[in-house]
Amino acid sequence: MSTLTAPVSPPPAPARRRQRRTTTDGPSYWMLAPALAFFTVFALIPLLGVAVLSLTNWDGLGTPSFAGLANWQSVFSDPVTLHAMWLTLAMTVLTYVTQAPIAILLGVFMAGSQKYRAVYSVLYFLPLLFSAAAVGIAFKALLDPNFGLSNAFNVPWLSQDWLGSTDLVFYVLIFVIAWCFVPFHSLLYQAGVKQIPTSMYEAAMLDGAGRVRTFFSVTLPQIKYTVITSSTLMIVGSLTYFDLVFVMTNGGPGNATRILPLDMYLTGFRSYQMGPASAIAVILVVVGLVISLLLNRLGGADKMESQQEGA
Amino acid sequence: MNLRTTGGQAPNAIGGLAATFWLLVTIVPIYYILVTSLKPRQEYFGANPLAWPRELTFAAYGRVLENEFALYFFNSALVTVVTVGVVLLISLLASYVIVRNRGAFAKFSHRLFLLGIAIPIQATIIPVYYLIVQLGLYDSLLALILPGIAFAIPISVLILTNFLRDIPSSLYEAMTLDGASHWQMFRELVLPLSKPAIMAVGIYDALQVWNGFLFPLVLTQSSEVRVLPLSLWTYQGEFAVDIPAVLAAVVLSCLPILAAYIIGRRQLVAGLTAGFSK
Repeated sequence: MSTLTAPVSPPPAPARRRQRRTTTDGPSYWMLAPALAFFTVFALIPLLGVAVLSLTNWDGLGTPSFAGLANWQSVFSDPVTLHAMWLTLAMTVLTYVTQAPIAILLGVFMAGSQKYRAVYSVLYFLPLLFSAAAVGIAFKALLDPNFGLSNAFNVPWLSQDWLGSTDLVFYVLIFVIAWCFVPFHSLLYQAGVKQIPTSMYEAAMLDGAGRVRTFFSVTLPQIKYTVITSSTLMIVGSLTYFDLVFVMTNGGPGNATRILPLDMYLTGFRSYQMGPASAIAVILVVVGLVISLLLNRLGGADKMESQQEGA
Repeated sequence: MNLRTTGGQAPNAIGGLAATFWLLVTIVPIYYILVTSLKPRQEYFGANPLAWPRELTFAAYGRVLENEFALYFFNSALVTVVTVGVVLLISLLASYVIVRNRGAFAKFSHRLFLLGIAIPIQATIIPVYYLIVQLGLYDSLLALILPGIAFAIPISVLILTNFLRDIPSSLYEAMTLDGASHWQMFRELVLPLSKPAIMAVGIYDALQVWNGFLFPLVLTQSSEVRVLPLSLWTYQGEFAVDIPAVLAAVVLSCLPILAAYIIGRRQLVAGLTAGFSK
């Protein structure tokens, strides 16, 4: 694999010091080399390596041996993995339709200037103090069927085996994910809404637009790029809800919450089948990249680019 | 009166109610974590889990601290400081070249880094594991630092290049006329001027590394090199029924971020949303 570094290693650049140059010359590529080297060795090569490993038999200890497309065949015929794909799709859709509206409305709310909104905003931030692993552990305790919420108020509705019931657990996870990630996205929206010129609201008011109308015809169009950025992060992020699910349910009960990233981990590092696990990883990479690119196009590629580059 | 949110109408009662509901949703689990961590072990099994403790005690915190918490904390701090320090230096250097060098290779590198942003890190963990084992680094802090640096580069370069583009070229030109080398320009112009961006990127990267779970789970094993998020998970196994201690560890693990939030809320928020909000 080391040969792969060749095309991206920096070309020999003249490193003559103290020599006057014109500004178009620019600083030497050697200053780019450390970042490029780290990125190549520990991110780019693994990215290509995962495709290579998906064509091998490897138990995680010995030497990988070539296996052709066998892993791909087994991945696409394994009911557990197929179920994981379905779960991941369902999770992506459900987490998006719950998180996005809450985050947008909360962002608009937080952008307001009333005093109590500022106080609320300080408190809304609090979930961001915890790592996803910490959130998972805390909710696991809170949702314990014997000593958690079930035991709190003698309300039958609250006395459920939240994480032990196949019917409930998936929706519980979606709630916990929203709890964990909505604060971040509402911060993005808050920043987006704050940049809308007040004059646009004055105009809408003069036109007699109500609150709902103003939201849909002024606020929402004006935060279009924030919507695209946040949506991309949410959707691609939903392919990586690993820590939380791993800590809270480890895929269970049964395979009820065994989403694709978890399926990859369990197949690779618990069943020691690195080949099929790599094939699953390739699927995750491809899906993630395709979604990012599609959403980029949706927002107008040029504009997204100029936004990314800070123009 | 704020036009943006009230539209010149009466205060938004429905909005206020919904916002208060979400506030409760946000606060109750955090209240639960705090309250439970302050309860004696026996009380956890008996009373209403959301009730205020009949007897406040820091015993659970004591049990966590007796169980190597300081070591895990130190490991996390070390990994975070080294990773973020290296990332900031090499990303700033790279961003300087990308912004100031008009060559095709600089443009190509920039695109390569941008590609890295769209890749789910988790998906490369198997080859990263292979690489770390081959390098003989498995089960060491370096096993966390090296890939950590690589995966923090794309977003750091994105944010820093955005920022560096705003430095007027007249400043560079003035220094060139004075005969300054590119290194001098980097040290005397780029470095001091990009402090706010460095701060924001540093905070963002630090949070990612501090909270990282998958790399430590896969790339380390022994307790000597255990970092905090992983320790929370192992505490959960070790303490089993001692939930107050598990949640005390959760509270302790977020103290540095809480401190940052209290000291510099603005910078922390700017760091979190750096590069995403425009």
